[in-house]
Parts: sequence; structure tokens; C-alpha cells
Amino acid sequence: MNADLHLWLIPLVPFAGFLLNGILGRRLPKWIVTTVALLAPLASFGVVLNVALRSFTPLELQGWNGSIPALSSFPYVETYGQWISIGALHVDFSFVLDQLSLIMLLVVTGVGFLIHIYSVGYMRDEEGYARYFSFLNLFLFFMTVLVLACNALVMFVGWEGVGLASYLLIGFYFQKNSAANAGKKAFIVNRIGDFGFLIGIFLLLANFGTLTFSEIGHQLAADPGWQGGVLTVIALCLSLGAAGKSAQLPLYIWLPDAMEGPTPVSALIHAATMVTAGVYMIARTHVLFDHAPFALGTVAFVGALTALFAATIGLVQNDIKRVLAYSTISQLGYMFLGCGVAAYSAAIFHLMTHAFFKALLFLAAGAIIHSIGGEQDLRKMGGLWKKLPVTFVVTTIGVLAIAGFYPFAGFYSKDAILYAAFVQGGSARVLWFAGLVTALLTSFYMFRLWYLAFWGKPRGEAAPHHSTPWSMLAPLVILAALSICGGWIGIERFSAYLSPSVSTKPSAPIDAHLELILSIAAVAVAFMGWLAADFLYRYKPARAAQLAAAYPRSYNMLANKYYVDEFYGATAVKPLLAFSKYALGWVVDVGILGGAAWLLAGTTNFTGAILQRWQSGNLRSYAAWLAAGAAALLLFVLLPWNAIWPVSFILKVAGH
Amino acid sequence: MSSLFSNLLQQEVPIVWYLLLSAALFSLGVIGFLIKRNLITMFMSIELMLNGVNLSFVTFAHQWGAVKGQIFVFFVMVVAAAEAAVGLAIIIAVFRARATLTVDRINLMKL
Amino acid sequence: MAELLSGYIYSGFAITGRLIFERLQSERGGAMHLILFFIFAGLCLAGAINLLLQSHPINSALSLIVVMTSLAVLYLLLGAEFLAAAQIIVYAGAIMVLFTFVVMLLNAGREERTMGSRVARSVGFPAVVAILAVLATIILRAQDLGVASMKGGITSTEELSKVLFTELLLPFEVTSVLILIAILGAVALASRGNGERTASK
Repeated sequence: MNADLHLWLIPLVPFAGFLLNGILGRRLPKWIVTTVALLAPLASFGVVLNVALRSFTPLELQGWNGSIPALSSFPYVETYGQWISIGALHVDFSFVLDQLSLIMLLVVTGVGFLIHIYSVGYMRDEEGYARYFSFLNLFLFFMTVLVLACNALVMFVGWEGVGLASYLLIGFYFQKNSAANAGKKAFIVNRIGDFGFLIGIFLLLANFGTLTFSEIGHQLAADPGWQGGVLTVIALCLSLGAAGKSAQLPLYIWLPDAMEGPTPVSALIHAATMVTAGVYMIARTHVLFDHAPFALGTVAFVGALTALFAATIGLVQNDIKRVLAYSTISQLGYMFLGCGVAAYSAAIFHLMTHAFFKALLFLAAGAIIHSIGGEQDLRKMGGLWKKLPVTFVVTTIGVLAIAGFYPFAGFYSKDAILYAAFVQGGSARVLWFAGLVTALLTSFYMFRLWYLAFWGKPRGEAAPHHSTPWSMLAPLVILAALSICGGWIGIERFSAYLSPSVSTKPSAPIDAHLELILSIAAVAVAFMGWLAADFLYRYKPARAAQLAAAYPRSYNMLANKYYVDEFYGATAVKPLLAFSKYALGWVVDVGILGGAAWLLAGTTNFTGAILQRWQSGNLRSYAAWLAAGAAALLLFVLLPWNAIWPVSFILKVAGH
Repeated sequence: MSSLFSNLLQQEVPIVWYLLLSAALFSLGVIGFLIKRNLITMFMSIELMLNGVNLSFVTFAHQWGAVKGQIFVFFVMVVAAAEAAVGLAIIIAVFRARATLTVDRINLMKL
Repeated sequence: MAELLSGYIYSGFAITGRLIFERLQSERGGAMHLILFFIFAGLCLAGAINLLLQSHPINSALSLIVVMTSLAVLYLLLGAEFLAAAQIIVYAGAIMVLFTFVVMLLNAGREERTMGSRVARSVGFPAVVAILAVLATIILRAQDLGVASMKGGITSTEELSKVLFTELLLPFEVTSVLILIAILGAVALASRGNGERTASK
């Protein structure tokens, strides 16, 4: 017997919050707006917790209150009615709950709620307070729809929706040109990925006749010999979509620019939840990828390459949020690598821990920026450990976690991915090595950030020092605690829990010996990174500038992000703009449309001018036309039409 | 046509001749309406047209022995009288307004 | 006084008509019919053409009177004695007099040679020719049209009034209302009240 879990509450309460704050927010007092905005994610989180408790508790223990029915089994589906039913296409509004979506929902609503609390303090003095929270709630609505989706079309609705919310929030300071452009860029690049996703959906429909994930899984499980071919194409299209949303290699360019939005937005959307939607989608459709090894390999390769690529760029960035953005791209590359070696549980594990420590790092960066009056350049910070002690402590915890030190959360998850990559053997070992190098670079630049922000003498102007309100500190502390103990569940128990939903093959037992060696290697490279950063940024701070001056070309290449944006601008953006201006602007807009309008108006004018000459006011010409009309009538009525040969010919043809 | 001349030998007037005369009067009336420039003369051409039609009515009434044809002519005459009265009053009003009876000069109703 | 006069004219017509009718019914009636037809049809046409050719409206009015009188005789030849009388009394005696009065009142002079309308000639003439041609063709092709003999007899006024005052009484009354309206209209249109705004051009 399945319990009625009211899954629909999870997305709908944030949607109600969006409507309320969006429509009435400007006229309501701030405390009402805050309450509504905080109640929505809290309610969602509460429902998710309720579901989680029901599913974790064994059936017997729930007997104490006979009115609470038990959740008997995963996956649990709730259908709300038919959406499309045309011919062979049947799509329902239905939500599915299984281990994967439960974990994802806990992360999304939990971290989301913490970030909402943080935003109350961060955005306190900002204009557009209600608008901000309504957009945040809108984002939560779409993200939960995406996670709970039972079929690809409902997931696509959520997919597009989070893109929209991202656009709205990145361009929140819409008066700034850079923010508006960044929002546009994010949406457009996401769109390119969505195109791939759509093609994937069409192909899925054509080949499987259904879009429901479970049914596709059943069809594929029933035919284990069906590999490659069209499945590879579908998988590649889906991974294009995932690459767009999760900022992987060809389509990552929007994420650094997205830092124009407020910092809590960067934390929620561009670190913890939205960008992980791509990884989630791959985990959801893992059956497809398992049957398409080429696509899986491509995903792994792209992931590893992106991780390395982004880490190298992050080495020399000077804006604190840009460093974190490139770090996010790099870590997402790790998750893709995990998916690509079929270690979906490891990828999701890293998704969860990454949500904790990346959100923590972003919020801490926000606290720093907030307290020194908006300054974001690392070169102008320094010596902040005295002024911001709590922030200093939590940032340290976050940096240790992301670098992968034992026993923080990042260690367990990153290690799980690297182990899976190594164990798969062959070319995956190369990817393992790339991952290892990336870990070294990650550790280096995160510690660089730590040193530049908190250590040394203050390099910036004496800025007004705002103290950080408790609404901003409390989430930081909670997230720090999670970053410490979030990985302690261990990969074995985690993948054992998740395996019914993300893997079809039984996982091989973990070779403890090999794992120990690999984890020691990982910690060692993290330590090496720390040492290097310590040397260059604390011990001898002038050395960093000398090193940069010694290799000017490489430094400039990295500092300018390998000129990728310029490349895209020249190859894709400029031709499009030129096409719009000349082909669409001149030919279609002015020529065809303008010409058509001119033609219509001109014809009417012309005929009017001709007909006008008929109304001469001259009585005799009117009389003449009258006579002509009378003659015509007479001729028409009285002539023996049958005798005239054209008419009789036509009549004969017509059959009279 | 030969039937016409055969009647001529018998010295009777065929109905067709009356009808032709009526058509001719009507056409002459129309031509007059088109040619003449004086308002009053144009109106007289209208009366000519009416008379032509009256002749054809009477002819057919004679042909078929129907009295109603002649009664219709009677009504046409009544209407023509009324129309003449009103029409001439209008012409007088127009003359007072425009001081001319030339129809080409009375062209204020042009676009 | 006017009724007395019309009464005398009418009875004169009736008597003349009866006399002619008796002559026509005799053996030599056919020839007389023919001759009378030629004369008065010729007068009709001549008057009509003259109406078109004259430049002074009073001449056109007089030609029209000639047309109407000839038509009255033709009606007599066709056996419509009442209509012949009515034609003279109403048309020639009242309407044409009205026309003549208006011509004199407005002091209408010779027609001017204005620019005219080219359309009237280029479109109108062919139209008239077409009308005439169609009518003539139909008339000439008509079957079962005999001769206009007087064997059928004159339609007496008694026959006319029998139908007019019983079957067609309503149209008769309506026409009287029509005449009333026409009188009112004519008075309103032609009264000096409109004329205070004398022409300024």
C-alpha cells in the first residue's frame, strides 16, 4: 500500500510564494515578504523530510500511529492527470520518488532553505527585495519539478524553468549592462544545450514510444544486446544538454559571467543545485548511457578535460567569485568524470558534498564582500582574519573540504570518483591522472584564495566595515558542519543505498588496499598544492608576481581564459549579428514585410485614386453610366446566351 | 419582315410598328438626357421617355384586350405629374442657389 | 370653370373618337388606319428629334407638346379613348404648361456651349445604341403579335372605371395621397424661404 505523500506540495508551495511575492511583494511590508519567502522552502523541506523519515524508518516502527500509512516501496509515483494524449504519445503529469530523487531533493530544499535565510541578511538593504525572493522561490519550484519528474518532458519543463530563473537572477541588477548581458549569455548558451536535450527527447520518443524513464529502463533491460547506434546518438544529445546546463567544455562560458548576480544566487544556482541538474539527468537516464559506451566515454573525457581546463584558468583569476566559478566548473567536471566511468553513485556523492562546501565557500565570499563594502578583487583584500573570525574559520573548513583533505567531506567523494576511474583501467587511467593533477591545482588555487583574502597586511583602502548579521552567519556554520561530516557516510553505504535507482550492474567489491594507496596519493597532491600556495603567497609574496612576469605569454593566456570568449564572439556571435542585421533586417524586415505593407497600402491608394475620378460630380456622366448599366442589364437578361458559341461551349463541357 | 409587308397589302398596321415607335421614343429620350445641357430640357427628355413607355403599355393592352394596361398608363400619368411638380420645384431651388441651369456647372457633389 | 372645360374637351374627343372608330371599322378602315398612323407617328418622331436639336428650351417644350398630342391620336387609334383625353388634358395641358411657366420664370436662355462630359458621349451613345438594338431585336423576333385592328372595339370609360374603382381602388387612393405629398413638396421647395439665400456665385 502506497502512502499519499503529497509530493505536489514540494514544488507548489514555492510557486505560491513566487506568485505572492511577485505580485504583491512591492506593497507588502518587508517582514511579510521575508516570512512568505522563508516559509516556502521550509515547507518543501518539511515535506521532503517527512518523506525521507517515512522511507528510512522500517515499517514496524510506524505502528505507533495507525493513521500514518507506510511508504512501502521505491520507486513511488504520483500521477496528477494526463497532459498529452495524441495517437501514440502519452505524457502524464507525474512525479516519481526514488532514492536518487530523494537525495537530490534533500540537497536542493535543504541547502536552498539555508541560502534563503542567508539572503535575508545579505539583501536586506537592496532594492527589489521582494522581486529577489519571488525569483528564488520560482527557481525552487522549477528545480523540484525537474528532480521529481517522472518523464523527460516534465523534466524538460523544469530544465527550461531553472534556466529562466537563472536568467532572471543573474540579471537581477538589470540596470548594469554587464549583468543584463551575463543573463542573456547564460540563457542563450543554455538554450544551445537544450536543443541537444530536445533532439534527445525526440529520438527517445521515436525509438521507445514513451518518455517515462522507468519504462525506457524496462525496455532496455529486456534487450541487453541493444547497444550503440541510435542509443549513442541519443546519449550524446542528452549529454549536450547536460553540458550546457552543467557548464562543461564547449558551453561553460556562461558560468563565470553569471557571477554578476548576487552572491547567494551564485551559491544556490551556480554551485549547489542548477548546475548539478545535468549530472542528475545523466544519472536518471543512466540505463541509456550504460548501453552506449561510446557516449559514456565521451562524457568521461569531457568531464576530465573540463576539470583540468577550468582549474588552470582558476589559477590566475583575481576576482574572488571568478575563482569560485572556475572551481565549480572544475568540480562539475569531476562529477561528469564519475558518471562517465559508470560510477553514478560516486558522482551523486560528490554532488552532495560539493553542494555543501561550494555553497559554504560562496556564502563566505559573500560575507567577505558584504563586510568590506562590495570589493571583490583579491588583490585588494588581505588581513581579514582578525575582522571576520567566523568567516575565516568556516572558509578554512570549506577550503580543506574542497582540497580533499581527510576527514572532510570532499576527501571521500573525490576519492570515490578517482578510484572508480583508476579501476576501470585503460584510457580511464589517463583520466585518473588528469583528475589527480586537477586536485593539485584545485588545492593550490583555493589556498591561494585563502591566503590572499585573509592573511598578510590589508592591501585595500580602508573600507567601512559592516558586521555580518546572524542571518548570514548561521547558514555558514551549518554548512561548515555539513562540510565536515557530510562524507562520513562513506561511499559503500551511499552507493548501496542509491544502487536500486542508479545502477543496473552489481558494483564490484572495493579493493581496500588499492583504495588506500590512491587516497594517500590524493591527499599528498592536495598537500603539495597547499605548500606551493603557502610558498608563493605567504612566505614570499613577491614570488608570485615574479613567476607571472617570467612567463608572460602563458600567464596572459590563462588570465584571458584561453581567449575562448573572444573566439566564440568571432565565430558564432559576429556572423549571427551580421546575418540578423543584413539578411533579416534589410531583406526580410524592410524588403519583404515593409514591401508587403507598402504594396497593400499602395494598391488601395491606387485603386482609390482611379475610382475617385468616377465621382466627378458631373450629372451627365452619371447618366451615361446609368444608361450603360441599364444596357448591360438588358443584354444580360434578354440575350439568348445559348446562341453565343463560347457560352454554349462552356455549358456543353459542364454537362448541360 | 415579309409579314409586315403582307399586312401592308391588307392595309393594316402591325402591332410591331407601334412597339418600334415606342422603343424609338424611349431611345430618343435617353439621348436627349445625355446630350442636353439645360436642366429643364433634360427633364423634358425624361417625360419623353415616359411617354414612349406609355405607348407600349397601351399597345399591349390593345393586343391582349387587357384593361389593366390602360389603367397602368393612367397611374404613370399621375406619377409623372407629381414628379414634374416636385422636379420643377427642385430646379427652381437649384437655380436660386447656383444661378445657372447648365448641368455641368452644378457639380458640387464631386469627390 | 376648368372642370367644365375639360369636360367639354373630353366629350369632344369621345364623339370624334366614335366617329373615327366607325369609319375605321368600315371596309376602307384599314387604309385610313395606316395613313393616320404614318402621319402621327411621323409627327411624334419629328417632334422628338426636334426636341433634341433645338437650343432654346421653349422650343423644346413646344416640340414636346407636339409629341404628346400625336401620341394622344395614336392612343385613339389603339382604342384608348379615355387615355387619349387624359393625355391631352394632363400631359399637354398641365405638365407642359408647368414646364413653360418654369422656363419663363427662370428666364432660361439658349443653351451654352460648355465643355460637357466626354464620358456622356463615349459611354452613353453606345449604351443607347445597345438598348435600342436589344429592344428592336426582341420586338422583331416576337411571335404572335398581330395587327392593330379595330375589330376589338374601343375600350370604354365604363370598363376602365369598373376595374379602377373596384379592383385597383387602393392604388388609386394611394396616388391621391402621392399627389398631395407632391404638392406639399413643391410648395416647400419652391417657397421664398429657401430663396432668401440668393446665389452668391
